[in-house]
Formats: sequence, C-alpha cells, structure tokens
Amino acid sequence: MAIRERMSGNEAFAVAMKQINPAVVAAFPITPSTEVPQYFSTYVADGQVDTEFVAVESEHSAMSACIGAQAAGGRAMTATSANGLALMWECLYIAAASRLPVVLACVNRTLSGPLNIHNDHSDSMGARDSGWIQLYSENNQEAYDNMLMANRIGEDKSVNLPVMVCQDGFITSHAIENIDLLEDDLAKAFVGDYTPEYHLLNKETPIAVGPLDHFTHCFEHKRQQAQAMMNAQKVILEVSAEFEKLTGRKYGLYEEYVPKGAEDAEVCVVLLNSTAGTAKYVADYYAAEGKKVAILKPRVYRPFPVTELAAALAKYKVVCIMDKADSFNAAGGPLFTDVTSALYACNVFGPKVINYIYGLGGRDVRTTDIETVFDEVLEIAKTGKVKSVFNYLGVRE
Amino acid sequence: MSTAKKNLKTLTNDVNWHDITEGGMIPWAGNAEMYETGSWRSMIPVWNKEKCKNCLMCFYVCPDSSIYTTDEPRMNGIDFGHCKGCGVCVKCCKFGALDFVEEHK
Repeated sequence: MAIRERMSGNEAFAVAMKQINPAVVAAFPITPSTEVPQYFSTYVADGQVDTEFVAVESEHSAMSACIGAQAAGGRAMTATSANGLALMWECLYIAAASRLPVVLACVNRTLSGPLNIHNDHSDSMGARDSGWIQLYSENNQEAYDNMLMANRIGEDKSVNLPVMVCQDGFITSHAIENIDLLEDDLAKAFVGDYTPEYHLLNKETPIAVGPLDHFTHCFEHKRQQAQAMMNAQKVILEVSAEFEKLTGRKYGLYEEYVPKGAEDAEVCVVLLNSTAGTAKYVADYYAAEGKKVAILKPRVYRPFPVTELAAALAKYKVVCIMDKADSFNAAGGPLFTDVTSALYACNVFGPKVINYIYGLGGRDVRTTDIETVFDEVLEIAKTGKVKSVFNYLGVRE
Repeated sequence: MSTAKKNLKTLTNDVNWHDITEGGMIPWAGNAEMYETGSWRSMIPVWNKEKCKNCLMCFYVCPDSSIYTTDEPRMNGIDFGHCKGCGVCVKCCKFGALDFVEEHK
C-alpha cells in the first residue's frame, strides 16, 4: 500500500533521495532548489541516511565532487537551478563523457540575466546537449517518480550516463500537493544497489579516469557516448514498465492527453512540465464545448524520442509547440526545433507547425493564455492559414 | 562506469568505438610504457661506460624511468624508446659519463 502524503515538489525530490540513500550528496544552495539539500541535510543530521553530505563552496565544486564520488564507486547526487546549473557547465559535460551516472535534481529557473528567480526552462534547455538524460515532471508526483527511476536508468550497463530530473521552480517545487510515496523498503528494493564494474576505490583493478584523449581515440569515445544516449530510450521504457508494476503509475517517453470527446482532435499542443497541467484543464472544458485540442507532454527530452513523437503527431492538422525558453536564434525555441526536425526526419509533412514562446522569467500562464493558443491552432485547422510561425504568448505588445 | 568489452591489453591502437573503454577509462595500471616518447627527442644523452661509476644518480632523476639497470644494480644503458632527451641525467652526472649531443637521424 502506498503512503498518502502531502508535500512540495522539492520535498518530493528530497524524500526520493532519502530512499535512494546515495553515498554522496554535494550541493550548494540556490533558489528555488535550496530546499532539496536543506531537507536532505536534515536527514543526514538525523541519521536517516548514510550519505556523506558535502557542503561545497560552489556548484562547479558540487558537480566536481559528484564526478569524483561516482568515479570512486558510489552513487552521487546533487540539486540546483538556473545559474547553479550554468556554473556546473564544464563538469556536466565531463560527467557525461566520463560515463558517470550522477543524478541531478534540476528545479527549473530562469537563467540570468536579467536576474530573475522565477520559473522558465532556460537553465536545463541550455544543458540539452551536455550528454545528460533529461526527464521532465508535471507535478510533485512525477518529480518523485522520475527521481526514483533516475539511478536505474543512468546506471544501466548499456547507458552509464548522468540523469537530470526537472520540475518547475516554485510552481511545483514549492506548491504542496497530495502525493503517493512508496514505502522505504519497496523504494530501496526498486532502486537496488550500485555495482559499477570499474571504480577508483577497487585496489584489485586500478583504473585511470579522464585521461588525455587526442584525435586517435576521442572520436570513438564520442561515438560510443552517442550510442549510450540512443540505448537509454529502451532502458527508460523498461524501468518505467517495472515502476508501473510496482505503483500502477504509467510512464512512457511522452504523455498524450486527449480529453473525453476530443478523440478526433485535429490539433495538438506540445509542451513540458507544469503548464501541461493547465493545458489539460483548458483542453477539458474546450472539449466539453466541442472544441477539440489534444495535449502532448514529452517526459523524456533527452534522448529525444524522434520517431515516436513524429508518429504521434502525424495525425494532426496543426501542431503548436510551446517553449518556456527562448533560443534567441530567430528560429524558434528548443522544443520547437527538435519536434519539427523530428517530423521532417520521419517524412511527416502533414501538420502545420507553429511555435509559442511563453512564461519567460516566470510570467504567469493563465487559462486565458492557453485559450489564446488553442483558439489560434483551431483557427489554423479551419482556414489552413498560418499567420505567424514564431509567436510570443503573454508578453505586453 | 562500466565494461571494457575486451581486455585492454588486447586492444590495439585502431580499436573501434564498440570496443574502446567507456569515457577513456584505463582499467589497467602501469601502461605508460606502451606509449613511446623517444621520437620527441632532439638532443640525445650518450653514455660513456669507462667514465661511469655506477652511482645511479641518473636513474633517480630520470623522469621517464629510461635508465636501464642490472640486478647488482649497475647502470646498463638507456631506453631510447622513452627517453625524451630532457638532459637531466647529463646535468646531474658528476663524472662526465653522459654527453648530450644533437641527435642526427
């Protein structure tokens, strides 16, 4: 029987980390993720975990300590947001390239500047090509569930990559909602032990980690790393299937939400994290009025589910991709370019596509904002005319 | 990190991406000798056996472990596969038993 609780998304992250009981947590506080190491340090102080908690002096050090700890043979975890993630930059790439399955709780916050503590996805989107697996979470339940699955995914022998679990700063990190927790023993049994084949503290088989790697072999290592990311998709599905057996909660690469009565929807809106919840709510009352809009929420952003998303979106006349981060490239947000490139690569040329950049710097996204988008895509479906591909939602014109 | 799919000792320099170790990890100690650095040399130490007192100062200071010794132990020549021609052995020799000359190939 699950434990019925109520807690914030940050506490949900921390509780999952408590149940995982990693060897090392190295973290530096930054809003809005500060509560994660704060909760966790109380578990350490109260003897509820065996973890070595390293209160580092920066996020660069936090990720460096995690890399060292993971290479030594222990599970290492950290949490951060925005500029903390940016300060980890070079270390993110080194963790991935060194094939160390560190797990990071990313509480999404606007990357400075201008200085802003509120939610958008500019932090984790910047790390989308760092070689980390990225899972996105709509609410505290998904944040907790993704966190419990993260180690299993990253540590799989065919993967060995670090995993970033993302949720929206403040919107879900600080909102207290009901949640179903696994009992500690069930969670521990699910996550299992970390048994790397090679690690630095094994004196029987001494190893060198991170040696100089020139043009003779570096490309082979990069190719192998790319394969690991491709392999991750299958592992994510396997781990998620096992998790479903344990909890009854089903997770795939993405969630396609079709409201009752909108089964033949011709338009679909694609978006990540908490705003998907708002969009589902609006889609429900739109469906009740006979206005049919489907929602597609990617859960796995890296590895990007190219063929699966293209197949799921092929049936729609109009697809609107919403980005809570701008790429400042005059070519749309990151999710837009990934989705449209997936459609093209899979010979899906049917849907008309538009992009909305929304909610930057924590700009509130209300149901009326979502209605604006829905009305726009329904109009395009009706007329077949796209007025503008690249759009901004909720900014004062 | 995980598996070297083959024992590293059997891997050759033309190893493909399937068989190479993950992240460049080297699961085998004492492998530096496989990397020959002799070609880096422009100056070469020349050992004059007659002047050598076998004090082995050259052995202690050589950064590349390129001084061969016998079991006695006595100086027994130079490993030119790894000697980079730094000249530290020449500098430290008190007996003029090591000359340092341009290497002509």
